[in-house]
Amino acid sequence: MSDRLSVLKTYKLYVGGKFPRSESGRVYEVTDSKDRWLANAPLASRKDARDAVVAARKAFGGWSGATAYNRGQILYRVAEMLEGRRDQFVAEVADAEGCSKAKAAAQVDAAIDRWVWYAGWSDKVAQIAGGANPVAGPYFNMSAPEPTGVVAVLAPQESSFLGLVSVVAPAIVTGNTVVVVAAQDAPLPALSLAEVLATSDLPGGVVNVLSGRTAEIGAPLAAHQDVNAIDLAGADAGLAKELETAAADNLKRVLRPGAVDWSAVPGTERLLSFLETKTVWHPMGV
Amino acid sequence: MTFDYAPAPESRAVVDIAPSYGLFIDGEFAPASDGKAFKTVSPSSEEALSEVAQASAEDVDRAVRAARKAFEKWSALPGAERAKYLFRIARIIQERSRELAVLESLDNGKPIRESRDADLPLVAAHFFYYAGWADKLDHAGYGPNPRPLGVAGQVIPWNFPLLMLAWKIAPALATGNTVVLKPAETTPLSALFFADICRQAGLPKGVVNILTGDGSTGAALVGHPDVDKVAFTGSTEVGKAIARTVAGTDKRVTLELGGKAANIVFDDAPIDQAVEGIVNGIFFNQGHVCCAGSRLLVQESVQDELLEALKRRMRTLRVGDPLDKNTDIGAINSAEQLARITALADAGEAEGAERWAPDCELPGSGYWFAPTLFTGVTQAHRIAREEIFGPVLSVLTFRTPAEAVEKANNTPYGLSAGIWTEKGSRMLWMASKLRAGVIWSNTFNKFDPASPFGGYKESGFGREGGRHGLEAYLNV
Repeated sequence: MSDRLSVLKTYKLYVGGKFPRSESGRVYEVTDSKDRWLANAPLASRKDARDAVVAARKAFGGWSGATAYNRGQILYRVAEMLEGRRDQFVAEVADAEGCSKAKAAAQVDAAIDRWVWYAGWSDKVAQIAGGANPVAGPYFNMSAPEPTGVVAVLAPQESSFLGLVSVVAPAIVTGNTVVVVAAQDAPLPALSLAEVLATSDLPGGVVNVLSGRTAEIGAPLAAHQDVNAIDLAGADAGLAKELETAAADNLKRVLRPGAVDWSAVPGTERLLSFLETKTVWHPMGV
Repeated sequence: MTFDYAPAPESRAVVDIAPSYGLFIDGEFAPASDGKAFKTVSPSSEEALSEVAQASAEDVDRAVRAARKAFEKWSALPGAERAKYLFRIARIIQERSRELAVLESLDNGKPIRESRDADLPLVAAHFFYYAGWADKLDHAGYGPNPRPLGVAGQVIPWNFPLLMLAWKIAPALATGNTVVLKPAETTPLSALFFADICRQAGLPKGVVNILTGDGSTGAALVGHPDVDKVAFTGSTEVGKAIARTVAGTDKRVTLELGGKAANIVFDDAPIDQAVEGIVNGIFFNQGHVCCAGSRLLVQESVQDELLEALKRRMRTLRVGDPLDKNTDIGAINSAEQLARITALADAGEAEGAERWAPDCELPGSGYWFAPTLFTGVTQAHRIAREEIFGPVLSVLTFRTPAEAVEKANNTPYGLSAGIWTEKGSRMLWMASKLRAGVIWSNTFNKFDPASPFGGYKESGFGREGGRHGLEAYLNV
């Protein structure tokens, strides 16, 4: 029946595996490309950002300590859940980006495939990025990559779902935990992704999703002493400079923004940007 | 009755130090544009060794332009040709290693035993290692045909002047970059001798440029708009300033900064070997080592036994003339550094830790600090938190492996750590839990060009050495 009144959804933040409203009580109006009202999204505050960092830190030990195989299984499970909600995401992306259903579908398909691609990296990246070092002496010497810790991610503004997936998946598959700030004007696909993550065996706190003003939330994340890295994909040049400067205070790893074709097959840059190399020496002998 | 060692000095005659040196730009030595110069002194005697130019911003600009011009041809050379230049440099370093070791000990104050047996062999090895990469970059794991970045501005510290030069210049040249390098203000000489090695090797002009100067020269180099890549080894404080300087630019940056390494000794560790490792960890190079094992974490049950053995060993350390082959601990690099070490050690006492040092007579002139041990140190003490960069060891205790991990990681730094235990499974568990870039198990302070080196957290980012070290100089 066309005159049935639909049930609206209250979009919420995703922090520590829970779905809180912004502690500030603020919301902002999200509209589609024709300026039609879609929803009131939470307008996250500095406090929300700090809460999200606490949740991400708490989750880091367990997530980074899980076996790579286990992390891969969970990421693959996320892709399965995404596949099941494909139509919802197609509708949300079409609304968010003002594109046709067909174009939105192509993006959602690419995003799901990308998630699967990254899922497979979990137990391979150590072999690509690490290895035995042939030192000139009787020592066992091995280098292996390790996650750098809590990564703040400013999701790209121009690609609300494919871009979002392309920056979140590489950060978490290697064992980092993430606080992601959704695209400012098109946050709904990100907030819905949180619902998928919550039902995908991903431990609470591994991914935390905030919506609101990128600059407002980005500032406390860039300055936060317990954030180890920041991906500035969604920052413009001026904001990126400001946040990179703030990030120097505790020498965060910074991935600068750049022109990225989100539909192209990614390389390993985003995977490797949030890894440390740990080298272990031990004498050999009998 | 005890017998003293007879002095066994290494001859200074193998080194010919000129009374003054200019800047090495575009293959020529030239004075600073404004004629400024400063003296470099031997920290063991306070004798002025030579006078070197103080590079101005204008000199920095000239050097960067020379490097930019040279970049075109150097980066276009086949890798195999660049490899041969690097092999030449490595061979000449081997040939002149005695001369360079004596020079390094004179200018830096480190014992000849270390400059001769540790620094110089590693310097040559680094050039050999990266020479071999120059024609194999397609196989380095950074995609086919990886490209160099351009002009690298490199700023290095005074603790391993020639070795840090090798860590910076060898991978930069192998990957096709050209270089402007600023050695530390207190140890400029070996870099200037390296300029002469570049001449002997026939390296094209402008590929390597050496600018002596102080922090203002370094800042001008890091901030120069035509520098594509900044590589810095030094203090965390300066590292942060550099990170701010390059923010919002296209400059790539790698930073090797400070550390406060935990050296963790379990009750099943072989005590004698652990004591050797602890001594090597904190007293190697007078403790002027960013990865020095400056926090000793001892399992409570072996604390007494270990400390007794450690003190016994420390009493045998010989402090004195760096050129004496029997010297274990040389001079502190500068009056300024000595003042910093003294102030922090005094703070340790003032905050309630117990200070101990063996009886040892220190020379009358020069900058000296006796090997020092603090017990009763807590995690809140400044000597347990701040990098001292001197021969001062803080001893803390723990009961369980989990507590050791907790204490070891309780620092903003994350460069290195040591683990002493006979139990393999415990060693591997500890190694996986420690947030540090280099873990030495049942050994300490081992370096090799094939082994990546670099820190987590505020110890900086990027790795030097190994295949990983290439990434810093390639457009990947």
